[in-house]
Amino acid sequence: MSTSSVKVRLLDIAHTRSGDKGDMANCGVIALRPEWYPLLVRELTASRVSAHYGDLISGTVDRFELPNLNALNFLLHGALDGGGTLSLKTDAQGKVVSTAMLRIMLDVPADEAAALHLPVYPAAA
Amino acid sequence: MTRTVRVASGQGFWGDSLDAPRQQVEGGPIDYLMLDYLAEVTMSILQKQKERDPQMGYARDFIGAIESVLPGIVDRGVKVIANAGGVNPVACAQALVKAIAKAGHGGKVKVGIVTGDDLLPRIDELLAAGHALKHMETGAPLSTVRDSVLSANAYIGSTPIVEALQQGAQIVVTGRSTDTALTMAPLRHEFGWAADSWNQLAAGIVAGHILECGAQSSGGNCLHDWRTIPDLANVGYPIAEVQSDGTFVITKHPGTGGRVSVPSVTEQLVYEMGDPHSYITPDVVADFTSIRVAADGENRVRVHGITGGPATPFLKVSIAYRAGFKAVGSLVYSWPDAMEKAEMADRILRERLDRLGLRFDQVLTEFVGANATHGHLSGDGRDAPEVQFRVGVRGGDRASIERFTREIAPLVLNGPPSVTGFAGGRPKVEEVIAYWPALIDKRVVTTHVEVMS
Repeated sequence: MSTSSVKVRLLDIAHTRSGDKGDMANCGVIALRPEWYPLLVRELTASRVSAHYGDLISGTVDRFELPNLNALNFLLHGALDGGGTLSLKTDAQGKVVSTAMLRIMLDVPADEAAALHLPVYPAAA
Repeated sequence: MTRTVRVASGQGFWGDSLDAPRQQVEGGPIDYLMLDYLAEVTMSILQKQKERDPQMGYARDFIGAIESVLPGIVDRGVKVIANAGGVNPVACAQALVKAIAKAGHGGKVKVGIVTGDDLLPRIDELLAAGHALKHMETGAPLSTVRDSVLSANAYIGSTPIVEALQQGAQIVVTGRSTDTALTMAPLRHEFGWAADSWNQLAAGIVAGHILECGAQSSGGNCLHDWRTIPDLANVGYPIAEVQSDGTFVITKHPGTGGRVSVPSVTEQLVYEMGDPHSYITPDVVADFTSIRVAADGENRVRVHGITGGPATPFLKVSIAYRAGFKAVGSLVYSWPDAMEKAEMADRILRERLDRLGLRFDQVLTEFVGANATHGHLSGDGRDAPEVQFRVGVRGGDRASIERFTREIAPLVLNGPPSVTGFAGGRPKVEEVIAYWPALIDKRVVTTHVEVMS
């Protein structure tokens, strides 16, 4: 039994879009292939996402599952420095908050990555 | 015999393409053109304009848009639904009627106006009657900012727009209608969906959500496979071809660029999403976990299976209030050591603001090109060819903000080296209009429909 793991970058297995509601940003994360969606459900937990963003958000993270769209929706509370017209940020409306999500590196067992044809990071030369 | 109603999106926000409405009307068959002009930020801009001139306060681009589509909609019988009225739908409709007459179509095109969303004149009456209009997130009562309130509008649903269509309006102008109501209303009007046909109504909402941001569902701002999306210079805006059972196809006119695909539509579905199980609107609560999307040929995506449930007894109210002032300035520092120079400029500026005794509610520095949008995830930016030092301040004292705007330019000669990018001049002081979202009992909001020719 193989215990080795490989790195898989979220950018290579999902696409995202984000928007705002007050001081909260939403991040929709959509699996590029339906068979990769369960991996997102397992690995991309609310606590994982919260730890990834760290001091970029001041509140909690909620997660919702949309198996019908092979998508997860995250609500990042306190992500926009007050949001809307109050915020002094370049990205006051959270338009690109979800692109930061795409930096997440997942550790995936090598045999699972092979079975799912996951693109391994970094790509072989 | 199944009948199809085609609703086309021609505007995703105020400032969107000036040509899209005409392209939608003339590029192929459509029955309705929906134009969404409003966002919370837009409402505050419109409110400021109305303060300066009581005849303003609506999306003036809309008049030009109608002028550009008038021959087409008259010939083809296309109807137009727009929330361009902003905080002054009556002035908008008057300007529209004038423009229609000037174009020689007076009397031929009936204009419907939906009012009643404006709660500003009723605020004290509502507060006195026990409607606290508590902030939806903080729970604070509106009385804490009552004296600063500039505008208060209820998000109204599709019902009054349906009434205007039933009274023969060819163009319907609303104030703060929900974005989705602009699509929902023609579907209810055409198919006669009952007020409790929850699944059909939910489908109308989902169609509206896909259309409300213009080309953002047809290849614009689409991350998926973005390099290969063809001809965005000539992007086709989305069209919903809807059946009476609520199933629909999203497509665009032939010969246009962009792409309608399962990924492009799905990205729009998750945009600004909250709890997907309950997408709350005045008409229905839609369940976004029920939506099925499937490819249905080239640039066609079929959407079906949507379910929904009864609407809540509330309407959302968007209240704008004055919340001080802000200004944002920037300079660009060049390699070598761009980031280090920008950081030094930030330290110097803050020290100067301090020595001047200026106090702000907030000072925010970003280094654009290094870490403005990804923060600590971005790396250290040490090798960047240039870094934009961008600093914003916000506070209640206008004079302090004014003084801040005078402190950026001097850095060009008296701060760190290799600095440029100040051609734009001093930053402008802006008044901050903040938002106060609240809920109100639906029954106290009465809408009014008028159709004029």
